[in-house]
Amino acid sequence: MSFFEILTIIIPSTLLTAAPLIFTSLGGVFSERSGVVNIGLEGLMAVGAFTAAIATLGLEHAGLGDASPWLAIVIAAVAGGVFSLIHAVVSISFRADQTVSGVALNFLAAGLTIFLVKMIYDGKGQTPYITHNIDKINIPGLSKIPIIGPIFFQQVTYTSYLAILISLLVWFIIFKTPFGLRLRSVGEHPAAADTLGISVSKMRYIGVALSGVFGGIGGAVYLVTITSNYNVSTIAGQGFLALAALVFGKWHPIGAMGASMFFGFAQALSITGQQIPFLDRLPSVVMLTAPYVLTLIVLTGFVGRAEAPKADGIPYIKGQR
Amino acid sequence: MSYAIEMRNIRKEFPGIVANDDITLQVQEGEIHALFGENGAGKSTLMNVLFGLYQPDQGEIYVHGKKELINDPNDAARLGIGMVHQHFMLIDKFTVAENIILGREPKKHGVLDMAKAVKIVKKLSEKYGLDVDPNQKVEDITVGMQQRVEILKTLYRGSDILIFDEPTAVLTPIEIKELIEIMKRLVGEGKSIILITHKLKEIFEACDRCTVIRRGRNIDTVAITDTNPNDLASMMVGRKVNIQVNDAPYDPKEKVLEIEHLNVLDSRKVDVIKDLNLTVHGGEILGIAGVDGNGQTELIEAIAGLRKVKDGSIKINNDDVTNQKTRKIIEAGLGYIPEDRQKHGLVLDFSVGENMVLQTYYKKPYAQAGILHNKVITKKAKQLIQEFDVRTPSERTLARSLSGGNQQKVIVAREVDRSPQLLIAAQPTRGLDIGAIEFIHGKLIEEKKKGKAVLLVSFELDEILHLSDRIAVIYEGHIIDIVDPKKTDENELGLLMAGRKKGGSEA
Repeated sequence: MSFFEILTIIIPSTLLTAAPLIFTSLGGVFSERSGVVNIGLEGLMAVGAFTAAIATLGLEHAGLGDASPWLAIVIAAVAGGVFSLIHAVVSISFRADQTVSGVALNFLAAGLTIFLVKMIYDGKGQTPYITHNIDKINIPGLSKIPIIGPIFFQQVTYTSYLAILISLLVWFIIFKTPFGLRLRSVGEHPAAADTLGISVSKMRYIGVALSGVFGGIGGAVYLVTITSNYNVSTIAGQGFLALAALVFGKWHPIGAMGASMFFGFAQALSITGQQIPFLDRLPSVVMLTAPYVLTLIVLTGFVGRAEAPKADGIPYIKGQR
Repeated sequence: MSYAIEMRNIRKEFPGIVANDDITLQVQEGEIHALFGENGAGKSTLMNVLFGLYQPDQGEIYVHGKKELINDPNDAARLGIGMVHQHFMLIDKFTVAENIILGREPKKHGVLDMAKAVKIVKKLSEKYGLDVDPNQKVEDITVGMQQRVEILKTLYRGSDILIFDEPTAVLTPIEIKELIEIMKRLVGEGKSIILITHKLKEIFEACDRCTVIRRGRNIDTVAITDTNPNDLASMMVGRKVNIQVNDAPYDPKEKVLEIEHLNVLDSRKVDVIKDLNLTVHGGEILGIAGVDGNGQTELIEAIAGLRKVKDGSIKINNDDVTNQKTRKIIEAGLGYIPEDRQKHGLVLDFSVGENMVLQTYYKKPYAQAGILHNKVITKKAKQLIQEFDVRTPSERTLARSLSGGNQQKVIVAREVDRSPQLLIAAQPTRGLDIGAIEFIHGKLIEEKKKGKAVLLVSFELDEILHLSDRIAVIYEGHIIDIVDPKKTDENELGLLMAGRKKGGSEA
């Protein structure tokens, strides 16, 4: 098997597994840039994936066909946004510990979604499989380009390109618009923003709500492109990987995208390992743990001084010295 | 007479404390008006009321003769009131221009127009002679320039009434001079200025009139031409100011601190202390004079066991404490008032009482069998608060919420109360007001009289000359000379501090 062939296996698989991580870590960028730590990303993805499953099934039933998963992503975005407001209220309005609130969000999401699945499907622990998922395709035109085509444009889904485009858009919003400047200002020095008449609570609510929207999309994309049904172990760790990508990417949208690609690559290795010479001789448990082991190594060894927004995780109280 | 600002009968209470009690402040158009008072007198509270950060419990505010309600900083900005905060409200990672335009960004099609922002900042900075580089990040510029950015922020918002909250606390003498010029220029352009300060010198150099407040109450408003520094100082503290004099005879006793051939590396692994020898005796105050950055910080950190000694020895009471653990050095007889009180002196989120037993909490009677005795700690804290005149609502108040002077008093109380053989006081009065300075100087002199050794490090030559029995001048990591304060002056010390030995030879 040539190196070229290996690339045609691994790169499309990387793009596929990275997309949900990219969306979710971009959500993390919004929240943490505004000064609210969000380890509830895992829970937000679960809500997104659950909603996407139910919504796709419903829309399919209503006869919407191939449009179903796409509409389901939009509905999941809304659901994620609404669910994240719990975190916003608890940690911004009531100034509770953001880590605890995030953990609570994760537990709540895991419990609530499975509870609802059991309610809807007569006690079954998982949803049925959706029939219209977003499939891997060869992009018309581009996939015909020699060398590049087979590596980057065959056996891929549109969601991957959407994720990359959106990370550029998020970069633009955060660094090139007044909204982005204000969002970053409340994450760095809320008192300074306050004295300039910027509402710290409002900006932080928006930051957290956007993290919910993007986390919801991330979970939905994971469901409609990868798992096709929702059960208790669907999201297992994806949200935490996205959180790691956020830190590895130094709270920068493009960095988070790159880091998500890296973790996507690690996951792709574990999925495609059986087809790749040498790697197929490793026990599968090694390949399956690879993404998490790589995460640990990367976070401890290669990130260097992680520069979190200065006020990240600190509730803002007016007039405190 | 029209007033730019008139605050009538303002009252503001916080839990356990009346910060402002019936204060009236009248600022004329086009004047520099000083708001003068000790730390914790209520100056900042009054200004935060004016700026809309706090709501007054009683009282009225008139701006240019019109009664106004100021509910938040937006209201204040709309009325042309701008504040240059004591702790700069700047975002380190943003550029100068970004900091200035934040909240009122120039836009092109909804997108930030940074080119225009830079242009606006340049124009403003030229108009008022406030030199800044719009494209530099705030974390990379000097403190003086950061302050100019703060001023520009208010000017960008069209303020014509500027509040300066203790603006000189963080500035070097040259920067202070520049600032006073800037303020005069601003008044020349038709602005009115309120200068919050506890430094007499500035008032007489810069201001037209002065309102004195003490413990939350109005004392008087006077024209600067009608008063003098002594009167103002007494008005501020409410009694005659006694300058503390080191009048006890110089009677050195046994050696308490002995440093021999000390070598220390700084954080960049460069030699900062080079073959330094120094002895401090019981019953003397030894002052270390020197320009900032000549090894003072590293020297005291090495003595306190906070920095590794590369070579040489440090003895306290003949006990070799070189590279020992800090707790052991403290138990050997060290008291330490650190340079940065907020970073190294206090745990800001602990209560005043807890901060007062930071070194003794594990010992009887504060703890027994590993359990803290809160009653004993509270009793001790109450006693120290009384004894050292710490102005705090209670011993349970967080150290963070005290004013700088009172924070320093907490540290001094803790260190002096243990009556250590050797007391290191690093910049003990930086940023403090006259009353607090007087108090702390008195305590240092008292320790000397008790026969303890005091090592004083200060960048204020006045302070060194005033308190020391001997002055050691530090230059590039070693003691270049030791002089008698009675036989020297600022000029000679200045030359020594620049590395020139007597007779003009280069050291």
